[in-house]
Amino acid sequence: MARAVTTRRKSLNTALAWAVGLLIFFPILWTILTSFKTEAQAIASPPLFLNFNWTLENYAIVQERSDYMRFLWNSVIIAGGSTILGVIIAVPAAWAMAFVPSKRTKDILLWMLSTKMLPAVGVLYPIYLLFIRLGLLDTRGGLVVVLMLINLPIIVWMLYTYFREIPGEILEAARMDGATLKEEILYVLTPMAIPGIASTVLLNFILAWNEAFWTLNLTAVDAAPLTAFIASYSSPEGLFFAKLSAASTMAIAPILILGWFSQKQLVRGLTFGAVK
Amino acid sequence: MYLKHALRAATAMTFVATAAAHAQSITIATVNNGDMIRMQGYTDKFTEATGIDVEWVTLEENVLRQRVTTDITTKGGQFDIMTIGMYETPIWGANGWLVPLDGMSAEYDVDDILPAMAGGLSHEGTLYAAPFYGESSMIMYRTDLMEAAGLEMPEAPTWQFVREAAAAMTDRDNDINGICLRGKAGWGEGGAFITVTGNSFGARWFDEDWKPQFDQPEWKEALTFFVDMMSESGPAGYATNGFNENLSLFQQGKCGMWIDATVAASFVTNPDDSTVADKVGFALAPNSEGVDKRANWLWAWALAIPAGTQQEDAAKQFIEWATSKDYIELVAENEGWANVPPGARTSLYENPNYKEVPFAKMTLESILMADPQNCCAQPTPYTGIQFVAIPEFAGIATQVSQEFSAVYAGQQTVDEALAKAQAFTAEEMEAAGY
Repeated sequence: MARAVTTRRKSLNTALAWAVGLLIFFPILWTILTSFKTEAQAIASPPLFLNFNWTLENYAIVQERSDYMRFLWNSVIIAGGSTILGVIIAVPAAWAMAFVPSKRTKDILLWMLSTKMLPAVGVLYPIYLLFIRLGLLDTRGGLVVVLMLINLPIIVWMLYTYFREIPGEILEAARMDGATLKEEILYVLTPMAIPGIASTVLLNFILAWNEAFWTLNLTAVDAAPLTAFIASYSSPEGLFFAKLSAASTMAIAPILILGWFSQKQLVRGLTFGAVK
Repeated sequence: MYLKHALRAATAMTFVATAAAHAQSITIATVNNGDMIRMQGYTDKFTEATGIDVEWVTLEENVLRQRVTTDITTKGGQFDIMTIGMYETPIWGANGWLVPLDGMSAEYDVDDILPAMAGGLSHEGTLYAAPFYGESSMIMYRTDLMEAAGLEMPEAPTWQFVREAAAAMTDRDNDINGICLRGKAGWGEGGAFITVTGNSFGARWFDEDWKPQFDQPEWKEALTFFVDMMSESGPAGYATNGFNENLSLFQQGKCGMWIDATVAASFVTNPDDSTVADKVGFALAPNSEGVDKRANWLWAWALAIPAGTQQEDAAKQFIEWATSKDYIELVAENEGWANVPPGARTSLYENPNYKEVPFAKMTLESILMADPQNCCAQPTPYTGIQFVAIPEFAGIATQVSQEFSAVYAGQQTVDEALAKAQAFTAEEMEAAGY
């Protein structure tokens, strides 16, 4: 009897998980479907789900109008660069906070996180002026630095949480064996925290890939990533939903594939330390 | 031997560097709409003729506005040409942020630009942006539904007739709404529409002393009329409908009438996208009986050169090319007269080929009727028809239009919204030093 209840509950939970998953995925699915419709089919009422004449015309138009590969390459450099730079800075910071905490460590962590609550537009002008002075407008390097700074609090927080799960005695043992601080972090701590670092890298790569405020405001031609590519297809005066959907599908495809293949690491990293 | 190779390489590098230094390139920020995208397709012809390369930064309207405003106010120098509208041009021109467009060539024929457009894109008589295309607003209506209702649309109807016709055409069982209008919050969306509606009822934003006028009876009459008419004959949820939502409804045959931008005429009469393409008639935007002003606006997307650009001459060359009579001919030759950028030049409306386009006459009449220097039945201290050409307007009008949208959504009364609009506008204007 108990087994039957458990099985039924499991089935219910599975069904519920699928329902929630489908609900979350539906907007993406709808975007993908719309990208294969004509503009007239895209606004048809009642909406057409699968019974329409599938066309690749929107992809052809988007491909002809925009240099997709240039936008894609910029996205890869900016998201990848900011994530790598962020991890390089965050690993020692998180190590210090996890293994040599001071009285103010908690306050510092909270303060770092509080910077995420500042509306980005509030600092647009100071950063824009700084970029003009430094010649960083429309450069990938400038965006790498800005996105790294924006995501740094999250990287530090995540790594701090993972590092706290690692027993300090192991690091002490390494020290007793004569390991320097650099060796301790590089050869003892980092290998043990690889799953946590991997999920941090993945999550921050996704956040940087999707970032739209700074990437739109600080770029023009040379450094414009895929967010600018999508923005060029949005229009309040004209129905171009099918083309916009094609552009959106092309923009999210790489990150969707990356997320699909690394979902195990992502889930593991995000739930790490949640259950003792 | 090595020295010889090194010298050859250095010479080659010098040639490459020299060539690169001589290749001119301009960067243009623009909006995503059919006419602008079409122009991008013809850019190669400009490059062939002048040797100047063109880089495009295409953005959604609101993003573009924020992007170019940030750049011009900080002298960022990211763009050599900016696509801006009638709201920004006189303000930026007065601030010295734009290069005056004087000294255009004789062939360009600057006097051919429609006077209403030239006036709206000038400051103290100096043109600061060249119109690429211009628009007013007008009524687009279903001729078959109008006939079935036993009514005939006059060329210049009143709001009272429009309301009566909308009620007669409404068929809720068949999902047909007598009238579709913008209710979406935002100064350029529902805010623009309710402002021109107010104008056509004798209302105005400010009196001669910059005192807000939402506490005057004209505003109450206009807003009450709008809400009542839309409740009787408008689509459900019109509080969130903007241009695109209404275009979609009209193209699917779900609107008897739609009052909106004249550029929409080419969309609703295009059989590829519209199910009612052959059943659309046009009329002037309405006025309330006894009021001399109609509910039509005036807008242009225009090309301007930010002061401080290093490519002023090249930018001027591009503007001359893109807003010339020759460009219109080029588009007409390749894509037909219905697809040329409308509303910018007088000569276009004198062209016998263009006169055959069904919406050409009404578009011109609507544009000519709009006077940005004299928007309202009562005197005002400002220019602009659906906007007030002061920097504070965008923020104030966005807030006011949110209050009005809350009325459309049934969340507050007309009186409450007008009282809030009056208080907010007065406070903001006082803070701005008016």
